Amino acid sequence: MKNKFIIVAALAIGFAGCEPEFENEVNAAYSSGEADFTRYVAVGNSLTAGYMDGTVCRVGQTYSYPNLLAQQFALVGGGEFTQPSYADDVNNLGGFAGTPGSTRLIIDASQSRPEPIAGTPTITLTPQAKAYNNMGVPGAKSFHLGFAGYGALNPYFARHATTPTATVLADAMTKNPTFFTNWIGSNDVLAYATAGGAQANGVTPAADHNATGNLNPATYGMNDITNSTVFASVYTNIINTLTINGSKGLVCTIPSVTSIPYFTTVPFAPLSPTALGGAANINTLNAQLYGPLDAVFTALGEPNRINPLTATAANPILINDADATDRSAQITGALTPSLGAPTAAAFGAVFGKARQATSADLVVLPASSVIGSTNSAAPAGININGVTFPMANKWVLTATEKARVASATAAYNTSIIAIAATKNLAVADMNAIMNKLVNGLQIETNSIYTANYFSGSSTEGQVLFSLDGVHPNARGYAVIANEIIKVINSKFKSNLPLHNPTYFPGISILPTN
Amino acid sequence: MRKLFSLSLLTLATASMFAGGYRVSIQGQKQLAMGHTGVAVVNSAEVAFFNPAGMSFLDKKFNLSVGGNALLAKTRFQSSQFNQTAATDNLGTPFSLYATYKINDWVSAGLAVYTPYGSSVAWDQDWVGAHLVNNIDLAAIFIQPTVSFKVGDVFSIGGGPIFVQGSVNFNRNLTPNPVLSNNGSGTDVTLDATGISASGYNLGMMFKLSNKVTLGMDYRSEIIMEARGGSATFADVPTIAAASFTNTTFSADLPLPAEFTTGISYKASDKWLFAFDYNYTKWSVYQSLDVQFNNGLPTSINPRNYKDVSCYRFGAQYKASDKFTVRGGYYIDESPVQRGYFAPETPRNDSVGYTGGFTYQVNSRLGIDMSFLYLHFDEVNNSYDYFDDPTTTNGLTSFGGTYKSSVFSPGIGITYGF
Repeated sequence: MKNKFIIVAALAIGFAGCEPEFENEVNAAYSSGEADFTRYVAVGNSLTAGYMDGTVCRVGQTYSYPNLLAQQFALVGGGEFTQPSYADDVNNLGGFAGTPGSTRLIIDASQSRPEPIAGTPTITLTPQAKAYNNMGVPGAKSFHLGFAGYGALNPYFARHATTPTATVLADAMTKNPTFFTNWIGSNDVLAYATAGGAQANGVTPAADHNATGNLNPATYGMNDITNSTVFASVYTNIINTLTINGSKGLVCTIPSVTSIPYFTTVPFAPLSPTALGGAANINTLNAQLYGPLDAVFTALGEPNRINPLTATAANPILINDADATDRSAQITGALTPSLGAPTAAAFGAVFGKARQATSADLVVLPASSVIGSTNSAAPAGININGVTFPMANKWVLTATEKARVASATAAYNTSIIAIAATKNLAVADMNAIMNKLVNGLQIETNSIYTANYFSGSSTEGQVLFSLDGVHPNARGYAVIANEIIKVINSKFKSNLPLHNPTYFPGISILPTN
Repeated sequence: MRKLFSLSLLTLATASMFAGGYRVSIQGQKQLAMGHTGVAVVNSAEVAFFNPAGMSFLDKKFNLSVGGNALLAKTRFQSSQFNQTAATDNLGTPFSLYATYKINDWVSAGLAVYTPYGSSVAWDQDWVGAHLVNNIDLAAIFIQPTVSFKVGDVFSIGGGPIFVQGSVNFNRNLTPNPVLSNNGSGTDVTLDATGISASGYNLGMMFKLSNKVTLGMDYRSEIIMEARGGSATFADVPTIAAASFTNTTFSADLPLPAEFTTGISYKASDKWLFAFDYNYTKWSVYQSLDVQFNNGLPTSINPRNYKDVSCYRFGAQYKASDKFTVRGGYYIDESPVQRGYFAPETPRNDSVGYTGGFTYQVNSRLGIDMSFLYLHFDEVNNSYDYFDDPTTTNGLTSFGGTYKSSVFSPGIGITYGF
């Protein structure tokens, strides 16, 4: 009996130690394929730096798509991945020390609006003089990557440029990449688009160098559209440099602006009859302003430039279209009998390039707090922004300006794809991916995410963009990282796991600020 | 014996199964050792559970069986798609107490106390499946006063009411989405209800076809555990949502399904006894776990869509000597969880059970029973596709991967009778 007891006891212990084991470990099939991820370097702009909610902050940076990629690369031989230090962002506020209001955006639930988070930014420009694996520099355009001394123009690069005359690209190459990603070029059109096609003063039109033919980027204004020949040339140089040691890599195309919330959130016709003060007020506006202006434009063969306001539907805002024919002289002339010469001249100056916005125009996100407010610089009586005073150039990307952006974007993307083909690089078509967000992007877990912005708390959990309307939030960067991983897996026959975007944070909402 | 087993393996090779859900088939040391057969086996007071009618055929006037098990359940989860792994090791302690007393030749009375349902699963807090379950502890004690009548020499019926005392403690995160999170800890809710009372009945018939062959049939009714007024406690609620997620009470129904069993035993010789049981469990009663909150929060609807399942059990007993009896068994247990409804709170796919044990008879009155159970689960790729994330308005979120479980349960008990 003793022997048998021992046998049973031994059997019991044997089973107790029996650990459930999978036939294949979770990472059994992971591989780098034909790629070598030993030293991964990312070059690009703010999207690559992990910029979100209007800034780079210490925690936000950890969600940059290159950092998310590097976590997966590490499973198949990827080495250390370093990013510029934000250790000085002690409270995770972002912004720059000495610049109030530059902190990251949050939603203040008590005000139901986005605001920079309260607090004093602590990020300094102390030079780190160090090259990092993540060489995404917020604000960089294509031709900035090879621009010696770019640190003098860009505080983000100033923080980590190895020398005062260093270029972004040369610093990147000191990391001797075996694999790279390059997502540069968005700012070559985006600066123009987000500025509503205006220069820094908000009024003067910025230049489209595809129209001017100017091939010298040193002479470009900050918000100008880069000439696509220049783009192709600098892009070729960038790729030639990155592949000089035969490393493999991936490039990203430029997303179309029409898919990002910065341009799709504010409607062109937000002026409801109620917002305009009701039918009586609308009749007054029509009698004193819209009617007379409509008459002038109609007489000049532009019957739809301005139409009377309606009391039954939302009305479009009044905008200043830099590309419209200037009718100030004719307006002054037509209104002089009724208003007198000085007032008529003022009307002519204000409304000479005015028109009502149409569905083809894109109103930029910051305009939401400007529409309907009083413009202190405007003449009394015609000083309500968008209603009695045309919105300045910078608030609206007009159909004409949008076409310039679209045309340049298409040309850049053609170049990117062609140049990538010469070096057999993978191409992540971010234009196609971001466009999916407009209708909803279904990820692997069946969850659907959209760019549907500010439609209330019910959708805040499914938005992939941060509060600046241009850059993704952490969850959005996870989706981007996944799309890039899929392209890498397909191109280089690697097998890298995805991130589950559901587990990444979205928008920050605070009860008060 | 080996021959019988291999034969049964052959005949059932097409049925890949296990009895899953939160049913724990460990209701007696002797019968567990025989593959948890027993509807047609008259061995000990354990028959009060397996088939109350069998009490009438017990030889001794008084029979007592008391025992308990250590149930070690381990589950591993991994997803190669997202490079996720998780593990949970849990200990359960099912126990049973059976006593029967022969009042006269044709009527016997008894008491059965047992724990046929239970689930104890604790994953790491805030693990990747936290929105489905962080931990659950479900317990139900069945108390069954029993009576059995013998009709003639070969037929008996028996049964009794079942009074259930149950409790449940369940914790999960509200969403996988850290929009609702506080300093990195997911917002979670703990549902706790104790002292849940319910009742049902157990009814059986036994027929001695010959000296060698016994037939049995047993039905245990469905019992709905109605949790009312349990506490719902929210933790790690971000200040922004504090007004909505206030602590409250909740109501929920958890069904313990009806189970029908029929079987046969064959006494091949003085030494050998063979038994076969077929269980049919009406798990289809468990369609959805709906939790109603009493503070205006929307009802949490969690589709389960369980299906009815069968279990095939084989057991054998060999009486080696007056002192020593050895037992072995085998069963095929089908999981009620359907594809796409595989939630990590009951990570059970079909399984195969191997059992064994022995009795050492100290004297004519007292015996010591030992048993063990090993449940083998094949690894399974499955997911739960019906999680409605409250922070998004469209699309159900899927959570899945590869699961692999194993269960091991040694047990000990005593039998006393005169």
